[in-house]
Amino acid sequence: MKRGEQRFVRGNSASVTTYRIAIVGSGPAGLSAAAHAARLGLSHVLLEKTDHLSDTITKYQKGKHVMATPSQLVLRSPLDFDAGKREAVLGTWNEQTASAGVNVKYMAEVTSIAGTGDPIPGSVMRIISRKRDGTSDTREIQRRAPPYRLTLANGEAIMADTVILAIGTQGNPNLMTCPGGDLPHVQHQLDDPTAYSDEHIFVIGGGDAGIENALGLCADPAQNNMVTLVNRSADFANAKDANVKALMAARDAGRISLMTETTTRAIEPGFITLDTRDGEVRARCDRVIARMGSAPPRGFVEGCGVEFASDDRLAFPKLSATFESTAPGIFVVGALAGYPLIKHCMNQGHDVVEFINGNLDLKPADEPILEAKFAGLPEDPGSRRSVADWLEHLRASVSILNGMSALQMREFMLDSTVRLYRAGEVIFERNAPGSSLFGIAEGEVLVEVNPNDRSITVPIPAGSIFGEVGLISGRRRGATIRAGEDSIVVEISRTAALKLMSQVPAAAREITRITTERSLLQIFKSGLAPADLVDVIANAKVETVRAGQAIIREGEQGDDIFIIRSGSMVVEKSIGGKAVFLNYVPAGSYVGEMGVITGAARNATVRAAVKSDVIRLAGEPFRALLAAKPQLLDKLRDEMASRTRLNAFIESKKDSFSGVVDMYTGVANFLVEQGVGEATDVLLIDEKLCVGCDNCEKACADTHDGLSRLDREAGRTYAHLHVPTSCRHCEHPHCMADCPPNAIHRGPTGEVYIDETCIGCGNCQRNCPYGVIRMDKVPPKKPWLLSWLLFGRGPGPGEPSPKWAKKHDPAYAEKAKKAIKCDMCSGQEGGPACVRACPTGAAIRVSPEQFLSVALMDREER
Amino acid sequence: MAADGPSKLGFGRKLMTGKAVAPARRDVAHEGFLTHRRGRWARIAAELSVAAIAVYVMTDPTPRHNGGTSLGYTLGTLGTAMIVWLSLLGVRKRVIGSKPFSLKGWTSAHVWLGLSLIVIGTLHSGFQFGWNVHTLAWALMMVVILSGLWGVTLYATLPEKLSANRGEVTQQQMLEAIRTLDRQLDTAAQPLAAEEAALVRLSLERCRIAGSLRQRLSGNYANDGNALALAAVSERVSAGLRAGRPDERLQQIQFLLERKEAALAQARRHIRMKAQLELWLYIHVPATIALLVALLAHVLSVFLYW
Repeated sequence: MKRGEQRFVRGNSASVTTYRIAIVGSGPAGLSAAAHAARLGLSHVLLEKTDHLSDTITKYQKGKHVMATPSQLVLRSPLDFDAGKREAVLGTWNEQTASAGVNVKYMAEVTSIAGTGDPIPGSVMRIISRKRDGTSDTREIQRRAPPYRLTLANGEAIMADTVILAIGTQGNPNLMTCPGGDLPHVQHQLDDPTAYSDEHIFVIGGGDAGIENALGLCADPAQNNMVTLVNRSADFANAKDANVKALMAARDAGRISLMTETTTRAIEPGFITLDTRDGEVRARCDRVIARMGSAPPRGFVEGCGVEFASDDRLAFPKLSATFESTAPGIFVVGALAGYPLIKHCMNQGHDVVEFINGNLDLKPADEPILEAKFAGLPEDPGSRRSVADWLEHLRASVSILNGMSALQMREFMLDSTVRLYRAGEVIFERNAPGSSLFGIAEGEVLVEVNPNDRSITVPIPAGSIFGEVGLISGRRRGATIRAGEDSIVVEISRTAALKLMSQVPAAAREITRITTERSLLQIFKSGLAPADLVDVIANAKVETVRAGQAIIREGEQGDDIFIIRSGSMVVEKSIGGKAVFLNYVPAGSYVGEMGVITGAARNATVRAAVKSDVIRLAGEPFRALLAAKPQLLDKLRDEMASRTRLNAFIESKKDSFSGVVDMYTGVANFLVEQGVGEATDVLLIDEKLCVGCDNCEKACADTHDGLSRLDREAGRTYAHLHVPTSCRHCEHPHCMADCPPNAIHRGPTGEVYIDETCIGCGNCQRNCPYGVIRMDKVPPKKPWLLSWLLFGRGPGPGEPSPKWAKKHDPAYAEKAKKAIKCDMCSGQEGGPACVRACPTGAAIRVSPEQFLSVALMDREER
Repeated sequence: MAADGPSKLGFGRKLMTGKAVAPARRDVAHEGFLTHRRGRWARIAAELSVAAIAVYVMTDPTPRHNGGTSLGYTLGTLGTAMIVWLSLLGVRKRVIGSKPFSLKGWTSAHVWLGLSLIVIGTLHSGFQFGWNVHTLAWALMMVVILSGLWGVTLYATLPEKLSANRGEVTQQQMLEAIRTLDRQLDTAAQPLAAEEAALVRLSLERCRIAGSLRQRLSGNYANDGNALALAAVSERVSAGLRAGRPDERLQQIQFLLERKEAALAQARRHIRMKAQLELWLYIHVPATIALLVALLAHVLSVFLYW
């Protein structure tokens, strides 16, 4: 567009209005921004693609309790927000949006945003799109100055000086593309499965959403729906195991039909035509529910000229301290900016409008939280550091934080803590659990390398990091670390550290290098210095190994050494044609040293028990290192001798008790399959002793608010060894992966627990591959045990029925469900109640290293 | 609103230093209740019994051994204390609390010390039995101990069978499987003639999973609805086969009835073993309560009326 034309467009206000602010998306962030703009009297338009406000929250299930965390954060939005039912929250917002005079445009889906001003010199957006086959396309867009033209799906255009993108991360559902996919009886969501009856319904898509919808529709036979689930592939690889099982059970019960390897060809009123493996099928169909996943909004956002921090799937847009993206005048707030909590979003909506309106001195709402974090740190008298000064100080002094922006530092600090350690103070102890990373801003820390002699230490200087082994492997701390002098240390939570690694690639590389070096030093101790390892590390490669994949094969030649960085391995040897389980190798150990020392072929197979990361060290530089360091060679020889002894022991057993060794291998493999390989502490039940009294469940409920966190009877069994449905406290807990309020932590004794800030979203329950998290509400307190024992009052020991709870607590039905899981009875002096309460000794809690050892063989010999 | 309440767990938990990082003491040994702590309680009980017998044999009170001698009083006091303490297992197993204790240890002590009561109680009596409240207390004690012995035998043998029978199926799933088969039977019976449908109804309506008390105890379910239906349908199917006119619908019904019979058998074995594991308690516990009452009567009568 030429300059003259543009002036014409801008001047012609009759055809196109140029708003001061266009807000895309009417979720908590967008709505709050629009209401604040309206209050300030700024010309604005709020664009919403559906016909109602806050679509994501509208889609929450009926009556869902919406939580307002973090509670210590003040709400700045012009809209009110309190924890409560979905309907109440939405009601308030709708009312207040209307009374604030917000200019809302419904059914306005924005398809593109492009600057109409001059090209900005040197500002080119590169968009790389990766295809499934591994190739990629690169497209370049020249950024142009504001005002922006927002093109809507219906072709209409809107002009605005600034754009606030508040579109969340849900993205748009993938739509049916076959003929008839736009008919009114084709829907892409299901609010209330009980709303339909006597219908022939086809659910398209075999992911969790599709399966849950389909099961919901056929759950009540009285609804009399004929439900068919259509899936493109033969299995349901993308769905949770529990969902697939429930689906298969429903099929076996005749409540649902499944059509796998089937795609939709056409939809017409009353009928659907499908392509099956055996040809075309036309069937009666009153309703189609398409749940085929959604396209993440990244493509659209990048198309607007907004750059993301990295190629990582989890990366967020690069933003300034005022939420401005790399496209000048386009601001990003809310979940898309990396803030999934409603309160954060609403505050950002307010703040971003203030920034746009020129109030650049506004302090973010989290300022008091950060202030509290920096309070108590030593400062030069007379020059008080502000929060911004502290953030800048940390960013500049800790090397891995150098690449962060001011806004990233703010958010990063919310998940981190900073503390002064006096000289000699212990920061963490050897064998303490912990997965956080520490950065030294000032001072120096000392690593106690020899647990028997505290005086032998290795210093780590300011600017560097420590604790990275715990972060990467999830294992307990390898050494005690204390402050060498008065030091200011930042403790970075695992979540914040992972975010940092995905946002700042340089930080990720640095952490990997340090991990490799330190794990080598820690494993091989024997007087090594970092300088000795330069050659070895230069050739080191980090590799990810799938569960079950072998890194070393028996009989092959090879002299690479592997250090297991995360996950765990099992060592097997083929004896008499059968793979016999030899050993379990946890993260932090190494395998393959025999090849370097003896040069002989590998004498056992090592394969991953769970998905693992290994560091592969080439044999050649390692051999040079061994030649230079004879102590190291001795140490490896010792280690090798003990491994050879174990092999010989098992081989000797094989001759005398071949059944015992088979059983031992069988049990070990079974436990590894059950995820014991990634567990840190797992409950096992010896079914030779279990009388089924369920006292473990009762004890669990009685010590945890009346809700049991374990299901004794469910779960897999092998050779009378039962793995009940109960938390394994994984090294890298799957449940922690996506917790909006960050309420899941690893506690001081290694337990993974959920704190009271849980918002009940159910993400952790869906993410847990072992199905050990349940969503439930706390029942009222039971009468005293003796009054039950003597007078029969109350439900007795164990979990009360929901019926009883409802009767004795009027508020029970309205209570919010929260995620509950095993906390390993942390804080109870006696340890896990399930084990204490087992009358026969059937229930034991073990760590895999403890249990997957030769001791297992004694069990079978008894 | 709970989420807004003060932080119970607090941020204090985040600090990972000091003694607090040591996990709570716990019993990780993989031993059953009989061998708890390498048979500590078995040893104590044996020592106690041997000591009691030795003193009993070595002393020679006049006129003879009975509850009134100093040994008799000692054994009586010890025995009463043990009986009261052992009976508290029922309370102990229901009060979990947060303090360290091992219910397995309690069970182990309960079993072994309970057995030693045979020696202690009998020596206390000095073998003077008669038709009185004193012998009643002894007799009740023996009933409790013998029923307990029965229970221990069951605890030692049944769990393995229970586990083998159950496989990886829960009780809930067993019952659900039977209901599923019922639904399939109901669907498969729709096209049948009234007379044949009546046979299927026999299985659907006159089949009781656990059955009557007699069936449960005997394990004989031959006249249960499903077994009758299966027998009648099988007869018709083989008659059809002999006549060269196989009826596919009936064969399907027969197949479903057979599967249901197998599912019923598994569920019944499960319920039967679960019941056995609890049944002995219905003697053990009431007898214990009776024993405590008789013991009270015995002690009172001795001190008040002797």
